[in-house]
Amino acid sequence: MTNPRPTPGTPTQATPAAGSPQGITPALTPPEDLRAALAARLGGAARAWLDQALDEAAAHPGAHGPISVWELRLAEAGRRCGPAHADAARVLILHAAGAGTDALTRVYFQGTADERRAALHALPHLVPGPDALPLVEDALRTNDTRLVAAALGPYAARHLDPHQWRHAVLKCLFTGVPVDQVAELGRRARGDDELARMLADYAAERTAAGRPVPEDLHRVLALTGSERPSPGTADPHGKES
Amino acid sequence: MRIFDPHIHMTSRTTDDYEAMHAAGVRAVVEPSFWLGQPRTSPDSFRDYFDSLLGWEPFRAAQYGIAHHCTIALNPKEANDPRCTPVLDELPRYLVKDRVVAVGEIGYDSMTPAEDNALAAQLQLAADHGLPALVHTPHRDKLAGLRRTLDAVRESALPVDRVLVDHLNETTVKEAKDSGAWLGFSVYPDTKMDEARMVAILREYGPDQVLVNSAADWGRSDPLKTRKVGDLMLAEGFTEDDVDRVLWRNPVAFYGLSGRLDLDVSSPDATHEGNSILRGGE
Repeated sequence: MTNPRPTPGTPTQATPAAGSPQGITPALTPPEDLRAALAARLGGAARAWLDQALDEAAAHPGAHGPISVWELRLAEAGRRCGPAHADAARVLILHAAGAGTDALTRVYFQGTADERRAALHALPHLVPGPDALPLVEDALRTNDTRLVAAALGPYAARHLDPHQWRHAVLKCLFTGVPVDQVAELGRRARGDDELARMLADYAAERTAAGRPVPEDLHRVLALTGSERPSPGTADPHGKES
Repeated sequence: MRIFDPHIHMTSRTTDDYEAMHAAGVRAVVEPSFWLGQPRTSPDSFRDYFDSLLGWEPFRAAQYGIAHHCTIALNPKEANDPRCTPVLDELPRYLVKDRVVAVGEIGYDSMTPAEDNALAAQLQLAADHGLPALVHTPHRDKLAGLRRTLDAVRESALPVDRVLVDHLNETTVKEAKDSGAWLGFSVYPDTKMDEARMVAILREYGPDQVLVNSAADWGRSDPLKTRKVGDLMLAEGFTEDDVDRVLWRNPVAFYGLSGRLDLDVSSPDATHEGNSILRGGE
């Protein structure tokens, strides 16, 4: 996915910042703080719309009729609040509706990419246990870097098993998702010799191909604390598509 | 030259096409739901297709600095297959989504009673959801198909000025224009319209409510036909303002009827840098 011509219109290293007010990370911000931050940034009509949507969601949570009112509000949040604020607005609606694993699963699988991203951001606020992991796993199978990054929030840091987590980190390096977006990277990488081996193998594969090794790879490798990892014999692969 | 291709099936195109389109000036597209060449056999494959139009395809387009929107519908050809028609019941939950800017492509293929039913039901869905409609006119028996289409629109709850009738040509343009509908023309290498005939129609009927598209898909087609029409318009004496009106402002006005057009395109990287490479309405 890398491209040597960084001009508009050519694919670029992807960074999933769209959909969040600057400086606010919906997955990491407590909902009450998120609401205050969003209210300060929205215009009058959008703020009134959001207030009403949150009241409706709190008054009528759950599934009712062909489509619940709060799910309609979730669908239209982008055009009501603007794309820069859509993720935060959607997380707040999901929180107000008290969406649990079943509701989040329905919303995710019936959602646009933007709605799916919001459902992933909402997981740490709404699901205490690991039962929503299938959503994270689905997002990690995609090639949409905004979904991949959203999948690697605090919920995945808490619950994703080591094998899948390592592959997710490697996928970030493959697809250009900055590893800064991976929640609790330092804690999970520390002492992970298997991750260190995979990173060293990937670096060797890049070097053999005459391609640069991503700067982020060295960062993660340092975080593992593994000493002088030597390349293993894993079968190299490389394409995500 | 800024270009909005109001009808193109990017699912069938490559990233080379996206790159060439951006280089030619394309900054926005609408991808109408249609058939895929290979007939579908169940509503499930429609769902996967619609999800792709609302997920993966906008992501691909954004990487090339192009804003992607879509229209959602059961197409006329597959409206005749009883294995597919249950998807009509699923359309409402898609028609509320951001970036769905019309119901379409609807209309006639073989002009059957099943197509009558699907067209009427989906014109009603457009009215119910505050959306305009993109109506395909048939390849065969085109003028009769246009008349039957306009009759169906008049009998529906959707005002004709919220309808774009597409794939028009010399034989159908006058009646379509007299109806008050928006006028769509597909410019193809071999069939439908070509650049020279398109410019002749613009000269005779003017640019008011006219949209030009490539309708590029999995068949022989050219995603740069919009640009080629713009170039020929200029060569034949139209002004840059005329070109901008046909290739940008008219599609923005028509799909803007949805209230869901978001032309503030930014590639993920450009957003990261705190700016975007295109602002809508410029």
